[in-house]
Amino acid sequence: MTLLPAQTNKKLGLVIDLDVCVGCHACVVNCKEWNTGGYGAPLGDVDAYGDNPSGAWLNRIHTFEVTPDDAPAQIVHFPKSCLHCEDAPCVTVCPTGASYKRSEDGIVLVDESMCIGCSLCAWACPYGAREMDPVENVMKKCTLCVDRIYNDNIPEIDRTPACVRTCPANARHFGDFADPNSNVSTMTRERGGYDLMPEMGTKPVNQYLPPRKKSRPEETTEIAPAFVPKAGEGLLGWLDRALEKLG
Amino acid sequence: MTTDSQRVNTSPHVSDEIRKTTCYMCACRCGINVHLRNDADGKPKIRYIEGNRDHPINKGVLCAKGSAGIMQHYSPARLKSPMKRIGERGEGKFEEISWDEALELATSWLKPIREKNPKKLAFFTGRDQSQSLTGWWAQNFGTPNFAAHGGFCSVNMAAGGIYTFGGAFWEFGAPDWGKTELFMIFGVAEDHDSNPIKLGLSKLKSRGKKIIGVNPVRTGYNAIADEWVGITPGTDGLFVLSIVHELLKAGRIDVDYLIRYTNAPWLVIDDPDAKDHGLFLRDKDGNAQVLDRKTGKTVAYNAKGVKPDLQGEVNLKNGRKAVPSFTLLANKYLDDRYTPENVAEETGVPASQTRRIAAEIAHAAFEKEVIIDQPWTDMKGERHEKMIGRPVAFHAMRGISAHSNGFQTCRSIHLLQILIGSIDSPGGFRFKPPYPRPVSAQPAPHGGNIPNTPLKGPQLGFMRGPEGLLLEEDGVTPQRIDKAFSWDAPMSSHGLMHMVIANAHARDPYGIDVLFMYMANMSWNSSMNSSGVMKMLTDKDENGEYIIPKLIYSDAYSSEMVAFADLILPDTTYLERHDAISALDRPISEPEALCDAIRWPVIEPDRDVRGFQSVLLDLGARLGLPAMTNEDGTPKFKDYADYIQNHERKPGVGPLLGWRGKDGSKTGRGEPNPNQIDTYIKNGGFSETHVPAEALYFKHANAAWQNWAIEMGLQDAPVENVFQLYLEPMRKFQLCAEGKAEPQPPETHRERILNCFDPLPSWYPPFEGASIDLSQFPYHALTQRPAAMYHSWGSQNAWLRQIHGHNPMFIPGEICDEVGLKDDDWAYIISHHGKIKVPVKRMNAVNGKTLWTWNAIGKRKGAWALSAKAPETEKGFLLNHIINELLPPKGDGHRWSNSDPITGQAAWFDLRVRVEKAPAEDEVSQPQVDAQNNPVGTPDQTVEYGKEWTK
Repeated sequence: MTLLPAQTNKKLGLVIDLDVCVGCHACVVNCKEWNTGGYGAPLGDVDAYGDNPSGAWLNRIHTFEVTPDDAPAQIVHFPKSCLHCEDAPCVTVCPTGASYKRSEDGIVLVDESMCIGCSLCAWACPYGAREMDPVENVMKKCTLCVDRIYNDNIPEIDRTPACVRTCPANARHFGDFADPNSNVSTMTRERGGYDLMPEMGTKPVNQYLPPRKKSRPEETTEIAPAFVPKAGEGLLGWLDRALEKLG
Repeated sequence: MTTDSQRVNTSPHVSDEIRKTTCYMCACRCGINVHLRNDADGKPKIRYIEGNRDHPINKGVLCAKGSAGIMQHYSPARLKSPMKRIGERGEGKFEEISWDEALELATSWLKPIREKNPKKLAFFTGRDQSQSLTGWWAQNFGTPNFAAHGGFCSVNMAAGGIYTFGGAFWEFGAPDWGKTELFMIFGVAEDHDSNPIKLGLSKLKSRGKKIIGVNPVRTGYNAIADEWVGITPGTDGLFVLSIVHELLKAGRIDVDYLIRYTNAPWLVIDDPDAKDHGLFLRDKDGNAQVLDRKTGKTVAYNAKGVKPDLQGEVNLKNGRKAVPSFTLLANKYLDDRYTPENVAEETGVPASQTRRIAAEIAHAAFEKEVIIDQPWTDMKGERHEKMIGRPVAFHAMRGISAHSNGFQTCRSIHLLQILIGSIDSPGGFRFKPPYPRPVSAQPAPHGGNIPNTPLKGPQLGFMRGPEGLLLEEDGVTPQRIDKAFSWDAPMSSHGLMHMVIANAHARDPYGIDVLFMYMANMSWNSSMNSSGVMKMLTDKDENGEYIIPKLIYSDAYSSEMVAFADLILPDTTYLERHDAISALDRPISEPEALCDAIRWPVIEPDRDVRGFQSVLLDLGARLGLPAMTNEDGTPKFKDYADYIQNHERKPGVGPLLGWRGKDGSKTGRGEPNPNQIDTYIKNGGFSETHVPAEALYFKHANAAWQNWAIEMGLQDAPVENVFQLYLEPMRKFQLCAEGKAEPQPPETHRERILNCFDPLPSWYPPFEGASIDLSQFPYHALTQRPAAMYHSWGSQNAWLRQIHGHNPMFIPGEICDEVGLKDDDWAYIISHHGKIKVPVKRMNAVNGKTLWTWNAIGKRKGAWALSAKAPETEKGFLLNHIINELLPPKGDGHRWSNSDPITGQAAWFDLRVRVEKAPAEDEVSQPQVDAQNNPVGTPDQTVEYGKEWTK
């Protein structure tokens, strides 16, 4: 049993815009690329060129088909990584104190030197956001690129999570939800950002922005003619008037 | 007690050095920062690859492929050394040889060909983007048989665009993302152009502008589009012409734009029995004539002060008549054939949707015009106080291109853009430098076959009319092995890559001695009829010799094609090589800047491999090709880098535009600079020169653009660019087919030319469907490249294969119900040509008649250093096996290629199929091809990349 901080000074997290995510996996692979040489053990792969390749990833995209009642079926791409919950059950369940939530910024991390690989945290997470490294047998999870966002060795503009920096569709945004005027708070407010599975009571920090309304095939609009047709002038009658207008 | 902040080092060391180069994980060519860090032995190793924020293409972002570059670079499938075949073709048994032996062997095969019969060499490259070098090499060799991947990929887009308005989607133009009000994207999976499209879509979303996706499959970009048009494959042209119908009927077109910039007013001769019926009326200087509204007389289109009419009829001598081409155009598309109701069944698009989209286009174009306060002067000398734009932008790619009606469909889309005045107007579709470049400024295709003699010009170009066809003296037999620029495909600007092996095997029009290929996986996913191609490559003649006698292949990886080569020239990875992404070829410009870029060895090869372009120059010198050899017989260029820096295509113009002149002070034109590549490296690997504000739009008619393009060395004189809505060369081919003009096509070809070479954009049903019993093959089947693996020739790596390790066949729910299929069942997909067995996945967000799968995921056993039961081979599959490179025989004895009849573009999206439930049995896809030997060894299966740097 590990304690959560009573409160955190900042609430760092991500806004993920489902209206623009095209499911390209840029965030997924760039995350793996940064983190396999960064914080904690590498993100290992087993049977990498074999019959059943698998590896540890901190971020994955799930693709769903949904069929609204009144519209054709559509595809939704849903990127998912640790949501850095305020009431993170993965932390409280940890028997060694390896999993913890940082009081200064709310980032949930695993201290791998204390992790015994029991997987209780992965079972406790309702989002399935933690993955056991298949080689080192320690628990891996999104660190919000804690080794980038404060890193004095990289330019200030790049001190943002790798997934945010790389996203070609600009579907991912990083900021402080404790600040009501931050980019992420504003976006969430204006676009109707929502908690993933609020019924689980984990108070996730990351927010998702919903896709905007789509047009349906049967909606009608009539074309506004350039010229009101005159009786008997034929289909191209407007052309003379158009040419006259040009002078 | 440790505080939280002490438990983790938030400022770890990242890398020892950052080297900036150009990505090559697809054709997008983004700028990348390659972070290098020493490994435990003190050798530099790649720590991290990120997008370069300063780069004009990707502005810092990087896709999944680019981010997987580490795994690609260190892939165990990399070839290690030159190799000579010791087993049978296709087995993949090789012995390693030295570079000297390899190059001498290649020389000994090629030299006699050049001395006797140069066309016996067929040199075809893949997606390499170094065609200004490879084409120049082939031209120097003297073979007419050169082309690259374009004929297989997207020549319909390039040719459709360049013939119509002197630009093209993707490489030679881009939507005006920042100003458009409405964006339509046709037939684009998550492919060309990868990151710029995602950046652009995001910009549109943030601006609140509407995106309409026209695609049978609602994935990727189409999934986030605000509206989806689930069109039936091969009918986009009909849908677009129906929109044209609606716009014409309502008068919602830009008449001023048509008169200024297009051939809409040009008079077309109407004299049905004459040999010039349907050609433009011209004066003795060849100037097209128009009807002047002021005087009622015919005058040259470019006469001063002329006010051309768009309708009316001119009486000529001897009872002949002429009418403005616009009148023909309007009459054609106003026909009831094109009403939204009358196209709905074929296109699968409800009439209400077509009609509404036409209304939305009209509204955006004419009610929301964009005005930029920037005066400019047109090429006639008229000053315009403002730039006024029609903010509707389109993009289109493979789904339009890969049909036998793709050229005409692409032209139909451009017709629509031009009718509303949106080409290179603010908010519309913009040219990217060095474009615009209309046909008049493009080379014509060159043939020839003279021993020891270079061709007089490049093999590939733009056919002006029937007189330029590349035929033997009999006027029928093609000069080229792929039959490009023959009656089979008269305007095949990129050649017919997909026909080379089939024609060489059939010795039609002739057999060849050496097939030389680079980066083209022709025995697998870059061919139609993969099983058939493998057989063609291994078939022997009555003397026991291979019908295609010698095959030289260059690749960086142990791909499927490697197994069929007699000689392997191993290439480097993209991080170990020099390259020029050149304005002589396909540069990386954006509409507001002329840009090019380089690659350079940011890491040294650890194998006995060489960049193919350097090898080609070496081979050229060994063969004594004039442009590659000094007078004393020594090589002119040390390697590709030397060529990039010192080659001049004409005085002062070379592969790179930036930092020319001895001291690097010149841009565009200037003498070679001995420090040019170093200067590119210092500047992030690219050059970027901004287009002057006055030249930013209306480039096709803009005097400031012309002056600037000349200054930059993009052209030597002003180039007039009148948009060709009515395409006269097409009519010339029809006149031949009508028997009114020379040369005469074979009887077999007349009807097809009459039907398909309409000088106005037209629609006809795709050929495969038109030549088989559709009750037997009621559905369409096609492929898309996934975003994470799109166009990524070496996409086989440890990370990406965990994302797309096998490919199900996505089948519409209705078909599943009819056939009795559910997820994870197996099905046979049967075409007129063959049958495959595939795993099934049900899907509803798709056109109800269309099955689809991810392309090029399936691999042959033994290839790519994968295990024997890898999911790519067991469950992955290729649709290619059931697509024939030939159409079903018509009984006329002609081998009709499965291609666009105009451009020769491979028509792989024309495929028609039926579906049957298959027994699961061993749950392995069919066909299974015997394993090829793996020449690179079995890799370690556990990867912990970066372990030495982690704590």
